[in-house]
This record gives sequence, C-alpha cells and structure tokens, in this order.
Amino acid sequence: MREAINPGAEAGSDAASSAYEGGNLSDLLEAEGTVGETRTQFLTPRQLMSIRFRRNRLAVVAMWFLGFLYLAVLFAPIIGPYDKSHRFTKHLYLPPREIHIRGDDGSWRRPFVYAVKIETNKETFTRDFVEDRSQQYPVQFFVKGDPYKLWGLWKMDWHLYGVENAEEVGPIFLLGGDKFGRDIFGRVLYGGRISLTIGLVGVSISLFIGLLLGGLSGLYGGVVDNLIQRLIEFIRSIPTVPLWMGLAAALPADWPQLRIYFGITLILSLISWTSLARVVRGKFLSLRDEDFVLAAQSAGANQWYLIWQHLVPSFMSYVLVDATLAVPGMIIGETALSFLGLGLVSPTVSWGVMLKDAQQIVEIAIHPWILWPAMFVVATVLALNFIGDGLRDAADPYADL
Amino acid sequence: MREYVLQRVLQLIPTLFLISIVSFTIIQLPPGDYVTTYVANLAAAGEELSEEEIEALEEHYGLNQPGYVQYIKWITNFLQGDMGLSFYWDRPVNRLIGERLMLTMIMSFFTLLFVYAMAIPIGIYSAVRQYSATDYAFTFIGFIGLATPNFLLALIFMYIGIKFFGADAGGLFSTEFLDAPWSVARVWDMLKHMWLPVVIVGTSGTAGTIRVMRATTLDELGRPYVETARAKGLREGPMTMKYPVRVALNPILSTIGWQLPQIVSGTVLVALVLNLPTTGPLLWRALMSQDLYLAASMILILSSLTLIGTLISDILLAWVDPRIRYGERGTT
Repeated sequence: MREAINPGAEAGSDAASSAYEGGNLSDLLEAEGTVGETRTQFLTPRQLMSIRFRRNRLAVVAMWFLGFLYLAVLFAPIIGPYDKSHRFTKHLYLPPREIHIRGDDGSWRRPFVYAVKIETNKETFTRDFVEDRSQQYPVQFFVKGDPYKLWGLWKMDWHLYGVENAEEVGPIFLLGGDKFGRDIFGRVLYGGRISLTIGLVGVSISLFIGLLLGGLSGLYGGVVDNLIQRLIEFIRSIPTVPLWMGLAAALPADWPQLRIYFGITLILSLISWTSLARVVRGKFLSLRDEDFVLAAQSAGANQWYLIWQHLVPSFMSYVLVDATLAVPGMIIGETALSFLGLGLVSPTVSWGVMLKDAQQIVEIAIHPWILWPAMFVVATVLALNFIGDGLRDAADPYADL
Repeated sequence: MREYVLQRVLQLIPTLFLISIVSFTIIQLPPGDYVTTYVANLAAAGEELSEEEIEALEEHYGLNQPGYVQYIKWITNFLQGDMGLSFYWDRPVNRLIGERLMLTMIMSFFTLLFVYAMAIPIGIYSAVRQYSATDYAFTFIGFIGLATPNFLLALIFMYIGIKFFGADAGGLFSTEFLDAPWSVARVWDMLKHMWLPVVIVGTSGTAGTIRVMRATTLDELGRPYVETARAKGLREGPMTMKYPVRVALNPILSTIGWQLPQIVSGTVLVALVLNLPTTGPLLWRALMSQDLYLAASMILILSSLTLIGTLISDILLAWVDPRIRYGERGTT
C-alpha cells in the first residue's frame, strides 16, 4: 500500500512534520507548572497527550501494574517455582503458604516456612494441613528445580524461589494449590500468557477489520456504506454469548490448542470490530470536509497519500483509545468460554481454564483460594479500563493542559 | 409515526431470516452430528451399532439429507410453531423451552428495570454532588462492577451464600415449588429467588449506565440555560429534574437496544452458574451434545426476542421523542 505514495509527496511530508516538531519533552516536564501560553504552542499533539496522561495518577499506576504483570508472565517459568503440570500428590488443595520472617520467640529471621503436616480436625473430621511449628525451612532463592525451556530457546532449571525437599515439607504455593496439587500462582502466570495475549491479538484483528470496513464505509458511502452498516447492525443485535457459545462449540475438539486459541480469538473479534468500524467511519465522514483535507486535495494529493498522511494520523488516537477499551471485553470473553468448557481446555492453562475447577460451589466453599485467577481477571480488566479512560481524557484536544 | 413503525417492522424481516440461517449454520459447522456423538457414546459403553442401525438412526432424525433441505424443513415447521425434535431429550423442542423461555424473558425484563431504576438516580446524584465522597464511592463500585464478569460475580455470591448464610443461592424455586403448578405462592417464591440473578446480571449494565448518566448530566449542568433558570430563581432540585435531567435521559433511553442483547447474554451465563431453570443451561447442554434443532431454535428465539425487544423500545422512544422519528438517530 505504501508504494502508492509518490516520492515527492513523501519528502514534502517530512519537511512538514519537522517544521511541526515541538520542544524537548523532558525539559517541558521539568518545567511543569511553568508551562506558559508561549511554550504550549511548541508542543506536538502527541506530547500534549503524554503530559495529560501522566497527570492521571490512576492510569499511570494501572500502566505500571500491567507492565509488571506482562513481565511476570513473560518470565513465568522463572518466577513460578514449579512446572505448570507438576503435581504434588501429597499436597492436594494445599492452602496458600505463609512466609514467616519472625520466629516463635519473636526474633527476626530470614524468610522461612514451617513444614506442613496433615492433621484430622477433631470437630469436623476433615483432614487439614497445619503448620508443624517444630520444623523451619528457609525460603531459598535462585534454586534448582523443574527444568524448562525459556521461550522455547534456552534450557534452564533454576527458579526465583523455592524450598528444599518440597515433596515432603510442602511446596511453596503462594496462592495455594489446586485439586491436582499444582501451584496456582505459577499457573496464573502461565495462564496469563494466554489470557493476556488473547485480548491483544483479538483487538489487532478487530482493528484491522474495523479500519478496513469502517474506512471503506466512510470513504465510499452509498451502497457500500449501507451494506456495511446493515451488517454491523445485524451483528450487534445478536446476543453475544449465545453466538459465541455456538461458534466456540463449532470448533473441532481435535484441533491442536494453538489453532483453537486463534479460533477463539477470531470468534471474539467477530463482534468487537463493529464498534471500531463505527468510530472509523464517523471520523472519516467528519474529516472528509475539513479544510486541511480539502487543501491537500486541491494541492493534488492522491487518495492513498491523503488517507495515510492526513486522515489516519488525525483519528488514530481515538481509535486506539477505543481499541484499549475493547481488550477487557475479549479477556472476559475468553475466560467465560473456557470456564464453560467451550473454549480452551486442559492441559492448556488460561485463567478461564483454571476457573473451570471452581464451577463446583462446594469446592469454592472449602478451598476459596481456587478463585485467585478470578482476582487476576478483575485486576487486569480494571487496569485496562483505567488506562483506556486516561488515554481518552488525554486524547481530547479541547482539554486544558 | 405509522410509517416509521412500518419501516422498522419491514426491516426486521430480512434480519430475522439472516439470523435463522446463521443459527442453523453455526450448529451444522462442527464435524459429525448428533448420531456420530451418540454412536461414539454407545461405543464407549461397549455397544456396537451396525451400519444399518446407524443409517436407520440418521433416517429417523433426518440427518441423511443435505444441509439446505434440513434447513428448509426446519424453518417451515418453525414458522408453523413446530421447532422440531430434541435428539438428546427425545421430546419436542417447544415443550422443552416454553417455560424456560418465559422465565428468561421475565428475568431480562426485571434486569432492565433494575438497571435503569438504579443507574438513573445514582447517576444524577453523582453529577449533582460531583467529587463528593458518595460520588467517589459510586464511581469505585461502578468500576469494579464493570470489571467483574457477571459469571464470576455469581460464583462469588454463591460462595458468600454458602459460607455466611449456609444457603444455596442457586435456583429459582424452593424445593417444594420445583414441580408445582403455577400459583400465586409459586410466583412469590420465584420473585424471592430472582432478585439475586437480576442484581448479578444487571451490575455491569448499571455501572456503565451510571457513568453515562453522570457524564451527560454534568455536561447539561454546565449549559447556559441552567444558569438562566437559576438566575430566574427556580429552586435547584425541581429545576435539575425538569431540565438538565430530561435532556440527559435521552442518550440513556435510546441505547436500550444495546442494553438488551447484553442482558440476554448475561442471563445465559449467570443461569449456568446459578443453575437457573432458564434457557442458559439448556442451550449449553444442547451445544455440547450437538442437539441440532434444540440449539438452533434457541439461538434463533433468543436473537429474535432481543430484536423484537429492541424494536419495541425504539418505537416507544420514537413515540416519545419526535427527533428520532425523523431519522436523527441514524447519525448518532
């Protein structure tokens, strides 16, 4: 598509954009508060956006949180102390381990855990895990453990933390263990690889379809516009969950999990592209009659040049804001489908797959920590909403600096 | 007005037709059909069927015909009120979904009421008392409500119910009313159980609507006409209700059409967790066992009812607001 732009125009745009370059951002941020009328004029829209975004503390905190989460997920095998399918058969449903830093006598120690033993509760006659106060085991850092291949490239076997002789004294399950005695914290990190990327991949697909169809609709109008608008209205009028369920159930069960993953992503994008396409269309329609577009047209700019150099840059920030706000819906969608057993299934780990174990209400009542993946879903969605809101406020060109 | 209604109703027909094709195709998509699943299940149980028996089964369910023939048969019968046979339950689809469908509709209706009954006053209050502690509290709750998928909310409520009240929060009827015929007592019993799923399904919609209501009311409160009204000495309370709120209500009410598909979706999911005798669990089981006619009929009916609900709300709106009648809505 880029070949369509003629070279002369390219050079012209370079000159134009360099003339528009503003002052140094870090200087300006240092001088925040003293940013006066005269200096504001030198800021590019992007710099203005960045300053406004940084002022929104909630959005910035959310950004850091998500950043950490994505990093943790990236290094899941290192941070999680055990392999995602490592079963500690003696420690099924082990409650979250407490890490102590003070001994029984109140003295400060290096972090340690007490060994766990099984005791029969005299009143309820259930077999519970209790801490054996006589045995202390220090939490070790950078210990050798289950081997893994980081990103499928490097064979490694060390983990961030662990405890010696875990099979006997009880593994360190920060968020508890599940019914097969697997580490919920580690699995949450592994599952995040799927749950956190499905939103991004899905939104990229929606963005592509939305830009394409919304653009066509806004650009050509007439019959094309009418058809695409009817299609959008049609899709939006169907209740999402039955449609998702139907489509997800239609994915063949014998597909490899990677293909199911993309299948689910496609299904989720199938609906969310519509709102993006609407935004794109609206922007195309309103920008088409702007003076700068008319000016470019009369200066002889061809269609592609006009679209890529003038129209797309002027509405992209809005579209990206809407795209950010579409990610949470996809994460929830994947979780819901996998929870119902219609999406990804074990042995693949995702937050929805993990929550499937929490379908039995009795299990939750006895082992409430199996709901931890849900907390991660909520926190992630919350963070994404805060970031989206922050971006939306920041992208508003009429807002005060 | 009559033209507008007629036009909308005419638009509905091709949409319904498309939805019927889509729902049927979706169910046809997976490889194999009910008979293959059935035979596989039998084989797993150690019972082998002969070729003839399998063919007889396919003949019995009409599965040996090409897809479009099945579709035409299904849709013509459907229009006459016969939705075909559920393979899994071996009963007519009509009888299976009748009561469940009604319960789903009642629940969706109450949820819609709940969303507006909660969101509009809270939104106005938040706007009038902007940045007050209550406003922040509602904003916070609203964000959590938006971020928590409703099936998770259902799980959490179930957990709370068992842990602290020792009661199962699921179901729509007490045991003594489960199979009882309809009576005043049974309706009362149902309403006593229904508030929980209604709150759960309505939470995210309420949270979203509060935010829209708050934002639009704030916008309106800053308008010059409000200033004028104050300058003329109108009392703040009645003035707010009479002018800015009425304007701010418009975008809220005109999006009923988008609220409804979400609510229906929500009831399907929440019903599965709370084990309600509505369409959710039935649809899920039908999809899992490739119960062709049952699943397709349910997707079609759920979508159609959503469409009709949207249509009714649109007509009501057009009746209230002349601007919509003259096609302004298409641009927003």
